[in-house]
Amino acid sequence: MAEPLDFEKPVFELEQKLEEVRHMAEEKHLDTTDMAAKLEEQILELKKQIYGNLTRWQRVQLSRHPERPYTLDYIQNICDEFHEFHGDRNFKDDKAIVGGLGKIGQQTVMVIGQQKGRDTKSRQYRNFGMPNPEGYRKALRLMKLAEKFGKPIICFIDTPGAFPGLEAEERGQGEAIAKNLMDMAVIEVPIICIVIGEGASGGALGIGIGNRIYQLENTWYSVISPESCSSILWRSWDHKQEAAEALKLTAEDNLELGIIDGIIPEPLGGAHQDPQEVYRNVREQIRKDIKYLKTKTPDKLVAHRIAKFSAMGVFEELPHEEHHGEATSNGSHKKASED
Amino acid sequence: MSWFKRVKEGILTRTEDKKETPDGMWYKCEECKQATPTRALEENCWVCPHCEYHKQIGSYEYFQLLFDGHEWRELDRDLISGNPLNFTDTKDYVSRIKATREKTNLNDAIRVAFGEVEGEELVVACMDFKFIGGSMGSVMGEKISRAIDFSLKYSVPLLVISKSGGARMMEGALSLMQMAKISAKLNLLSQQKIPYFSLMTDPTTGGVTASFAMLGDLNFAEPNALIGFAGPRVIKETIGKDLPEGFQRAEFLLEHGFLDFIVPRGELKAKLASLIRLFEK
Ligand SMILES: [Zn+2]
Repeated sequence: MAEPLDFEKPVFELEQKLEEVRHMAEEKHLDTTDMAAKLEEQILELKKQIYGNLTRWQRVQLSRHPERPYTLDYIQNICDEFHEFHGDRNFKDDKAIVGGLGKIGQQTVMVIGQQKGRDTKSRQYRNFGMPNPEGYRKALRLMKLAEKFGKPIICFIDTPGAFPGLEAEERGQGEAIAKNLMDMAVIEVPIICIVIGEGASGGALGIGIGNRIYQLENTWYSVISPESCSSILWRSWDHKQEAAEALKLTAEDNLELGIIDGIIPEPLGGAHQDPQEVYRNVREQIRKDIKYLKTKTPDKLVAHRIAKFSAMGVFEELPHEEHHGEATSNGSHKKASED
Repeated sequence: MSWFKRVKEGILTRTEDKKETPDGMWYKCEECKQATPTRALEENCWVCPHCEYHKQIGSYEYFQLLFDGHEWRELDRDLISGNPLNFTDTKDYVSRIKATREKTNLNDAIRVAFGEVEGEELVVACMDFKFIGGSMGSVMGEKISRAIDFSLKYSVPLLVISKSGGARMMEGALSLMQMAKISAKLNLLSQQKIPYFSLMTDPTTGGVTASFAMLGDLNFAEPNALIGFAGPRVIKETIGKDLPEGFQRAEFLLEHGFLDFIVPRGELKAKLASLIRLFEK
């Protein structure tokens, strides 16, 4: 069992107590049924209380839980069959992004996602889920393959960000992500994107242009991590909790802001508590969406994606009168007023 | 050309009075520390005559530099930021915007204008770094999006002049989505075969680089401009080493295949006009 997160400690303490009580019952042949039942009830109450009132920072912590399912776990458990494909056909195979064709029931799908590692070695091998440009180019290559053969695309987003390295810059990290944003918008098959852990900035968005966008319940998706935001705006790493609150980066927040289409529920305490339940939820959502999106023509799918992102943004428009003919900037601006 | 010509004499012509630079003012170059009379600097397109250092300038200066007769019409200048997140760090976002608007006399970090460049129509969206570091929020996204609509409607090429630290944190995920919004919409220009030019100036980093700045039919930059996805400080911290000389500068990007060319500011106008003519249907 992994180390409990700081806010989970009271639950773990009670669970340990329950363990002891059960152990005692076995060893000394005592009847502790009542005591155990009471403890179980207490644990459930406490869990409901803690997990039902998670702060944004606590959600971020859950999204990074070391036991949380990663992209390949979803693929293995959702697809009835899967074949991984490698390489961007140009430079190399980026291990931080995986992709390939699989089957969900009778439906062939292209599945692509950022991949994190579980132990020191595999974490390094996966570069902590931080793709290089060739990762984004591999992803786009696979999407175009799916498009050519009319197969829907599923993207699992889980990254602390695109890799900020020297070679990544040399090979055009910015260009690689940019091209994905533009080209994904006009891919003529359904695209479904699901944030399964961390959705950090452009590195996440680089595989995030979908007809449907979801977040699992305990994930975050924003322009910057709370830590980096803290270091830039507060000039210290100590304000990550406040930064997380300020950024409004949870699934609920993003649903309210119109950035995602829905929240996929997780079991109490996070996806790792009962991965099978999460796989079922994710698979059901995908099946439902593919069934619906397959009824749309390629033109409609593309137009929908462009319109969906075009509508994102919150701004105000000053009344025209306010500026009409009024000198403003540099004492010289005049507002064209006819439109 | 017809549309502009037709209505030019009517509602469209707006002349921004030339900002008169008083005599006797001097500019001390940030690079070579030599002094130049400000008026001479201005006549040299705000480029130091001693060392070619391209002084950072804003949308007003670029519009003046590019548009014939210093005439242009600003589009959608009335858009201002909302406060979708009720964001507060050391200061709340609304106060920050208000103070910046007052200080800079700008409504946001980008202005869009329409005019003629050597007689060729052009829509120019140009960032102002002094407005919260040229940061991209919903207003920038919407203004460029509407600039694209304008380009589409009148079949006029689009130039975006970038100068930005990236996405505006105080708008959270919404600022991130502006990258997607503009990039997705650029497809419409492509479909109509309307040229989109991207000029990157010092500095162009973060979400702007990872979206529309890198998506021009032609991508070009001013000499020595810093252009990158991750900022140099972050990269240095990641790799734990000093960065090589010239890393992430325009010349470095040209060498690695991400720019079509580098253009000194003094040659920008003529170059653009030539390009527009080359692409003409
Ligand atoms: Zn100089």
